[in-house]
Amino acid sequence: MMRFSTLLKHPADWMTGAAAGTSVVLTSRVRLARNLRREPFPGWSTKERRVSVLDRVKPEVEALPEMKNGFSQELDALTSLQKQVLVERHLISREQAARGEGSAAIVNRKQALCLMINEEDHLRMQSIRPGLALKEAYDLVSSVDSQLEGNLEFAFDHEIGYLSACPTNLGTGMRASAMLHLPGLVLSDQIAQVLQAVGKLQLAVRGFFGEGTESLGNLFQISNQSTLGESEDAIIRRLERVIQQVASHERNARQKLLEDDPDMVCDRVGRAYGTLRHAHVIPSKEALNLLSILRLGAELGFFPAETGGVCDSLLMEIQPAHLQLHSGEKLNPEQRDAIRAKIIRSRLQSLEPPVMVEAEGSEGLHPPSDTVADS
Amino acid sequence: MQCNFCDSKATVFLTQLIDGEMKKMCLCEQCAQEKGVTDPAGFALGDSLIGEGFPLEAVPVAGSADEGVTCPVCGFTFKKFQQVGRLGCSECYETFGSEISRRLKGMHKGTTHLGRVPEGLVEEHARQQRLDQLRSRLDASIAAENYEEAAGLRDEIQELETIEVAQT
Repeated sequence: MMRFSTLLKHPADWMTGAAAGTSVVLTSRVRLARNLRREPFPGWSTKERRVSVLDRVKPEVEALPEMKNGFSQELDALTSLQKQVLVERHLISREQAARGEGSAAIVNRKQALCLMINEEDHLRMQSIRPGLALKEAYDLVSSVDSQLEGNLEFAFDHEIGYLSACPTNLGTGMRASAMLHLPGLVLSDQIAQVLQAVGKLQLAVRGFFGEGTESLGNLFQISNQSTLGESEDAIIRRLERVIQQVASHERNARQKLLEDDPDMVCDRVGRAYGTLRHAHVIPSKEALNLLSILRLGAELGFFPAETGGVCDSLLMEIQPAHLQLHSGEKLNPEQRDAIRAKIIRSRLQSLEPPVMVEAEGSEGLHPPSDTVADS
Repeated sequence: MQCNFCDSKATVFLTQLIDGEMKKMCLCEQCAQEKGVTDPAGFALGDSLIGEGFPLEAVPVAGSADEGVTCPVCGFTFKKFQQVGRLGCSECYETFGSEISRRLKGMHKGTTHLGRVPEGLVEEHARQQRLDQLRSRLDASIAAENYEEAAGLRDEIQELETIEVAQT
């Protein structure tokens, strides 16, 4: 079995932006909710019954070929810091982190599959892949589902499908989502319009809004709202179509910004570079927003291509539990801001200033080549 | 501004678009943490907020008829469901059937499962769906006073139902 330290040392491909084609869509994930028949759901169960469910389900999950040499831990065996780190890596949910005895998390070696036992439902199975790959993520988690249903009798109704603790998950029990980086739509003030259009299609969009319409790190998640009355395949196809459209709007917005207002784009990227390279105290919100702009700069060709992956890794590394684990002691907010700045400086120390070439015969600045990622 | 969940000062502002409707929420740091709002994954966010009676969501009307109904398998009550938005066990869907189906209409795209079926139940699922189909056709033909067709459908339904009896 994989140890916690090993898990930490080897972040998954989807966490580090190592895979190609993640310029707009960072990750795709699909989660299935399953429950055992006639067994109280975890939220309405007793500790003894939860433990007995765990004892039935955990060996089945661990025995899956996909889980060979994976990570498997009961929640009460993890410290609160370790749980928090798993949450920041999106391997377990915040809700699961709050649980203790009778709950467990099992993650495969590649960290593409994470199963939670006794979260809100008896079993939550999730697959995460880099880029727009909802079908791939679904196939992975669906294969696990098929293998488990042989030995575990899942609660199912012919009319309303898989039965879940919350009626919002009935039917397929499937929530599919993608994380999108949309700085172009935010900078060009088109984001509200695009998100509103998506919202009309029975899909949920989540961003984290401060004052006004800005979202932290320009990151948005689009997911299906409805889980009943449509097949898994239909949900995924609809979602992929909409996400592709949003991604194409984003790419157009980036291109147009560069054509219409190159000074603004170069100024933003240059300032983000300057601040991230030289700040000594940086709050989380500022860091996330500047890293977003740096990532955009990399995709516009101002920085070497691998810079985008550095930004993605940093998004994870500068979160509170990761900072605490890094420094080995409990930190107050001021100390966190200082260590955050230090980590960012060290990761970016060899990053050369943005290359913005003044093109001949035209006004304004342009990236050195016409290699705009993914266009 | 005050937190929607407690009396503290709100510092986290969340806007969610659900079915084209903009829902705004103000939370204090602690409630935001507890409800996972600051988690960028935000996977179960909508669920957890709806479940906890998110103050800006439409609150379902109390079903007075089912108020006191208790699930025979797990002892969960309908009143409790109204409080927490979750059910006690899989059997609760049977126990509180009508009340739950009423709520499903606005919640999902449809009210009938069209997705994956556990392997062992595929045949039974197909039979159930065929029965549903035949029953609605029977209703239609009776309404249209097409008694000849109705008689045929009735026989077909009875035949399919017998398989169920034989199996159980």
